[in-house]
Amino acid sequence: MMPLSENHADSGVSFTVNGEHKRVRAFPMERLLDVLRERLGLTGAKEGCGEGECGSCSVLMNGALVNSCLVPVLQAEGASIVTIEGLAPGAQLHALQAAFLECGGAQCGICTPGMILAAAHLLSKKPDPTLEEIREGLSGNLCRCTGYVQIFEAVARAARRAEIASSS
Amino acid sequence: MNGERIVGSAVPRKEGREKVTGQARYVDDMVLPDMLYGATVRSQIPRGRIEQIEFGPGIAWGEFVIVSAKDIPGKNCIALIGDDQPCLASEFVNHPEEPVLLLAHRDRYALRKAVEAVSIECESFPAIFTIEESERCSEIVWGSDNVFKTYCIDKGDIDEVWSKAAYIVEGEYRTGAQEQLYIENNGMIASYDAAEGITVWGSLQCPYYVHKALMVLCSLPAEKVRVVQMETGGAFGGKEEYPSMIAAHAALLAIKSGKPVKMVYDRAEDMAATTKRHPSRTRHRTAVSAEGKILGGEIEFTIDGGAYATLSSVVLSRGLIHAGGPYYWPSVRIHGKAVATNAPPHGAFRGFGAPQSLFAMERHMDRIARVVGLLPIEIRRRNFLKPGEMTTTEQVIRELIDLEKLLERALSLSDYHAKRERFASENRTGTTRRGIGIAAFLHGAGFTGAGERYLSSVVGVEGCSDGGIRVLVSSTEFGQGTKTVLCQIAAEALGLRYEDITIAQPDTMQVPNSGPTVASRTVMVVGKLVESAARGIQQTLRAVGLIGDSYSADEFRAACRSYIGEHGQLRSWAQYEPPPGIFWDDQKYRGEAYAAYSWAVYIAEVSVDMTTYSVSVKDFVALQEVGQVLHPVLAIGQIAGGAAQGIGFALYEKVIWRKGRMQNNQMTNYIMPTSSDLPPIRVFFEELGNVHGAFGAKGIGELPMDGPAPAILNAVEHALGVPFDSIPLLPEDIFEGMTARPSESESVLAGAAR
Repeated sequence: MMPLSENHADSGVSFTVNGEHKRVRAFPMERLLDVLRERLGLTGAKEGCGEGECGSCSVLMNGALVNSCLVPVLQAEGASIVTIEGLAPGAQLHALQAAFLECGGAQCGICTPGMILAAAHLLSKKPDPTLEEIREGLSGNLCRCTGYVQIFEAVARAARRAEIASSS
Repeated sequence: MNGERIVGSAVPRKEGREKVTGQARYVDDMVLPDMLYGATVRSQIPRGRIEQIEFGPGIAWGEFVIVSAKDIPGKNCIALIGDDQPCLASEFVNHPEEPVLLLAHRDRYALRKAVEAVSIECESFPAIFTIEESERCSEIVWGSDNVFKTYCIDKGDIDEVWSKAAYIVEGEYRTGAQEQLYIENNGMIASYDAAEGITVWGSLQCPYYVHKALMVLCSLPAEKVRVVQMETGGAFGGKEEYPSMIAAHAALLAIKSGKPVKMVYDRAEDMAATTKRHPSRTRHRTAVSAEGKILGGEIEFTIDGGAYATLSSVVLSRGLIHAGGPYYWPSVRIHGKAVATNAPPHGAFRGFGAPQSLFAMERHMDRIARVVGLLPIEIRRRNFLKPGEMTTTEQVIRELIDLEKLLERALSLSDYHAKRERFASENRTGTTRRGIGIAAFLHGAGFTGAGERYLSSVVGVEGCSDGGIRVLVSSTEFGQGTKTVLCQIAAEALGLRYEDITIAQPDTMQVPNSGPTVASRTVMVVGKLVESAARGIQQTLRAVGLIGDSYSADEFRAACRSYIGEHGQLRSWAQYEPPPGIFWDDQKYRGEAYAAYSWAVYIAEVSVDMTTYSVSVKDFVALQEVGQVLHPVLAIGQIAGGAAQGIGFALYEKVIWRKGRMQNNQMTNYIMPTSSDLPPIRVFFEELGNVHGAFGAKGIGELPMDGPAPAILNAVEHALGVPFDSIPLLPEDIFEGMTARPSESESVLAGAAR
């Protein structure tokens, strides 16, 4: 990471988070994760490892799943970002959130925001994934509690519901 | 009262909505006004005497809060069972991650540079790093003989069995350190005020452990120390003791600076400095009859405790009691020893010694089977404990467990016989070898022996002004479902709806000491107390005539409101009382070691790639008897998650040590299973009636950690015909084993294809 110095201070970065336009003052090399958590108060993204291994800081950036601990904020200029806070508008849960709740996909909850966003990303590419595709699609997000079994069930259940909803 | 049972149904997790929406608050999500960040400067060398501390150039040291051992107001120790572990080293260091100095600053980046600029100059002493080096006593690094604790279990006359044996089977088995690898690193925030005292908020399992440690460290009375648990992102034993250390450090910085201080470890520091599972060595020597019955044996169980005693004596005790597995030993002598080395102290991790000694037992059963010429399932059948028989500690099994039936069901669920037959023919050709292996085991719930009596846990249940009921316990939620299940129990006991019950966030100002959240004790022991305390509320309301023998939830709520309106508060407490007739001798290690055991048979199917020697688990059946299942979804989650950690313990998770220091302290090179590494983990329960726990529940959390490793290594032996007795078992270990002993491998392989 570039050393932080006064010369780089005060650069403004503009992007959209959960549908809202934001302009933040940040060091260009500041991690997107820290900007979201500390400057925008969106603490749903978590730091698990700080090196892109665990996926608990996952957010969607222009529809792609990224580890926000590896994204310098200047790369987010003009981007559209979705965090766990913006997945479901209002009080209603997103189909994946509801399915995680019912199937036991969330235990301690620390990997859950990243895992749900990874699942949302998977379903956006493959609305009706096979078990193998779910296993592969979530393999960048580590969970130490569940052994993943109930997470797979949750993703399959959410996909099934979306299919039923779209066919009716 | 409504007719549906709440216990046994899959009600939604109490804090689930906050978790799936990202609203749950973990310690790193909390910011206090004017807060500083804290960091730790560590020894860097495994053993020596501190000579000088240098503060390097280029840092504005005046801006930093600096704390050393001299700033400790009370006793310089992290009080636990003993108090040998200092909070900050003042003269000697005994492991390379030993905290020496604390720094705080408002800028995290400046702090990181400052930590690097401190150098601790030491006179280096020789250090020891393995069980064998510790036993040799060429260097004494702890006490007079490097031994933290020894225990001995002696049952029957072991000396006379050897002459009667048709076979004497010996084996040595080893397990490595394992990192808990909760995804949320350890962290604490402390704030200090002369009038209020110390408050800490953090990621932790045991609020009253932290409370006790801070009282001793800061010389403060109980009411001047407040410990609040934040949402905790996984623990698995890894947040049983170390939170006391971080809380102590954050508290010292807060006292000195007068400002709130946040200390949250990054992954590298968490992995290097905090506790891991004790490495172990187990030696078995077993006398077996011609028919394959165990006549007796000697077991030596030794664990590496690291530099300080911490919890090693209790880990040793649990490992020792589980060392004989779910088998009947007419006579046995089990020696246990916890030794010191110059590594950071090893500590609690799910299973707490039992996964180590049960790994040895279950590998040894396959070895005995091979020597006697029986199938692995047959040797187990002939030796299973039965109701009425006595365990190694001479505890009579009163539970109506039928291990043969459990085994039969597991065999059928895994299609064991057909697979063995198929693999025997398929393994003759191709580039993979398949194998299937079994482990049968037990796990005692609650504290060992007199432990629950000493804890003497208390819980409370109170009525709220809206007529609802609130549970008051220090038992913490960190994924297992503590909040959910304890609320189910209260609802069931009172005949209310699940939604009528809430549970307080553990905060030592608000909740009584219901003991630590460890040892698979929460549902069985604390749950039972919640049930009694809830019934106390019911009795109170009945006694004043506000409710009758039956009532609706709304009538109950109205009664609760009017009682509170009249009397101010409605509260009921329950305190642990040992069941009658429990006998335990702490000296001889004899008697009722646990109030109840859970029982299991796990079956693993593996495939070994003969080009790369990598092992993958293809199918995994986990069948257990845990008493009544109170929440089916949470119970499956506990078993599947524990089994996944057990698979990691067996095949993936290797701590690389260099001079007492973890070298691979990153998620990049310490490998835990990902979603694409794991097989379908198929979870099944047998439910027997059980009188011990709340609504018939026994312990569940630790059990699934015990079985996977031996089942997998037994399967690898079945696939390859070569026995491996150490974990983790990595491809390079298999390569070595296969190439080092080609003649033996082939001859055993011929036998294995039977």
